Amino acid sequence: MADTAVQEEKIAVQEPWLGKKERQLLSDPLNDNNPITVQVLGICSALAVTTLVVPSAVMAVAVVFVCAFANLTVSLLRNSMPKQVRMIVQLVVIAFLVTVVELVLKAFAFEVYKQLSVFIGLIITNCIVMGRLEAFAMANRPWRSFLDGIGNGLGYGGILIIVATIREIFGKGTFAGLKIIGATEAYAINTADGSWGQTLFGWYANNGLMVLPAAAMFVIGILIWIQRSYNQKLVDIS
Amino acid sequence: MDLFNIFIKAAFIENMVLAYFLGMCSYLAVSKTVKTAVGLGAAVIFVLAITMPINWVVYTYLLEPSTSMLSGLIGTEMDLTFLRLILFIAVIAAMVQLVEMIIEKVSPALYTSLGIFLPLITVNCAILGGSLFMVSREYAFGESVAFGIGSGVGFFLAIVAIAAIREKLRYSNVPPALRGLGIAFILTGLMGIAFMSLMGIDPAALTAGK
Repeated sequence: MADTAVQEEKIAVQEPWLGKKERQLLSDPLNDNNPITVQVLGICSALAVTTLVVPSAVMAVAVVFVCAFANLTVSLLRNSMPKQVRMIVQLVVIAFLVTVVELVLKAFAFEVYKQLSVFIGLIITNCIVMGRLEAFAMANRPWRSFLDGIGNGLGYGGILIIVATIREIFGKGTFAGLKIIGATEAYAINTADGSWGQTLFGWYANNGLMVLPAAAMFVIGILIWIQRSYNQKLVDIS
Repeated sequence: MDLFNIFIKAAFIENMVLAYFLGMCSYLAVSKTVKTAVGLGAAVIFVLAITMPINWVVYTYLLEPSTSMLSGLIGTEMDLTFLRLILFIAVIAAMVQLVEMIIEKVSPALYTSLGIFLPLITVNCAILGGSLFMVSREYAFGESVAFGIGSGVGFFLAIVAIAAIREKLRYSNVPPALRGLGIAFILTGLMGIAFMSLMGIDPAALTAGK
């Protein structure tokens, strides 16, 4: 047992920290193997929190954190974990990390915590975390699992922020709380003398549909459409 | 509040899938045929109806400081609500395991038709989400049972509906890049908008008028 551990360590030292394989682990989930649009994991929270950019960004950071450290922990534990209880061990690891995130947010960003409400807790059942643990961390070394967690978290967060940007701009005319399009009293591009206190596209009226959760489904559906028209190998043949 | 109102509200007006978009992963993954969708839907009703009251008991008698039995034992109030995520998910995992074993023993036929979906339910957000909603809405015991069954029925209706649509869709001329996942997303969005028309219904007013 100790011998294999030493051997593994040697191999890990010989390999570069950020070789080709490692970089691929980080970049693959951003497009070819995106957790939301290709693996269909973690849709639930992607839809509910994406009306505004700021909570989505917080959610993205939280998922990157949980995903990376859950992968790391489970990968470290993978050889000493009996097969029968692995689900419960994984869930406890995830639940612990999510509780940490929840308490940190509650203490330092209470407004965002209230906006996200149950969805922070739901990171536990976010299929991305569990899915990557089962598919990757149970069979790979800690450092690679850690990178895989970061990659998948970023792939998820990227889609989250794209969807939130589209929904916030068209639904509320704002970006991260700043008014940028539509007729308004609160100008984002404003000068002291008020010479050009006008937002872009002053004629634009907010689209109420974009604020509804259903709009997230349309936006993601269309994103998948765009991605698959460029990336033919992802097209569903059945 | 009337238990029947809570049931109707959970099943239709605040449908887990189409109003809150919870439980999406299994909803999209297992909705290719109506037969499997019915199996998963039934299992979800079952698990929700069981875990909701158990989690209610766990929360009220172990975690909530004012009613906790531990507080009574020690004499001072102990606030353990921060443990709720870990305990809820443990209860759900244990219940799913238990349900799996009971079904295997009692009805092997049902077990083989449900078999694959049962473990999947542990990570179905609708189950944990239901328990968290139950806490934040401060339901009583009976209400939590009604809410659990209602949400389960809502999930069942939603997944069977989309499975039926997707079966028909196989013969339609959808652009290749939109086939499968893409069109399923857009369909779910449309269904969500259709379900919004139920939002105007006030179940309390309905039963009062009767």
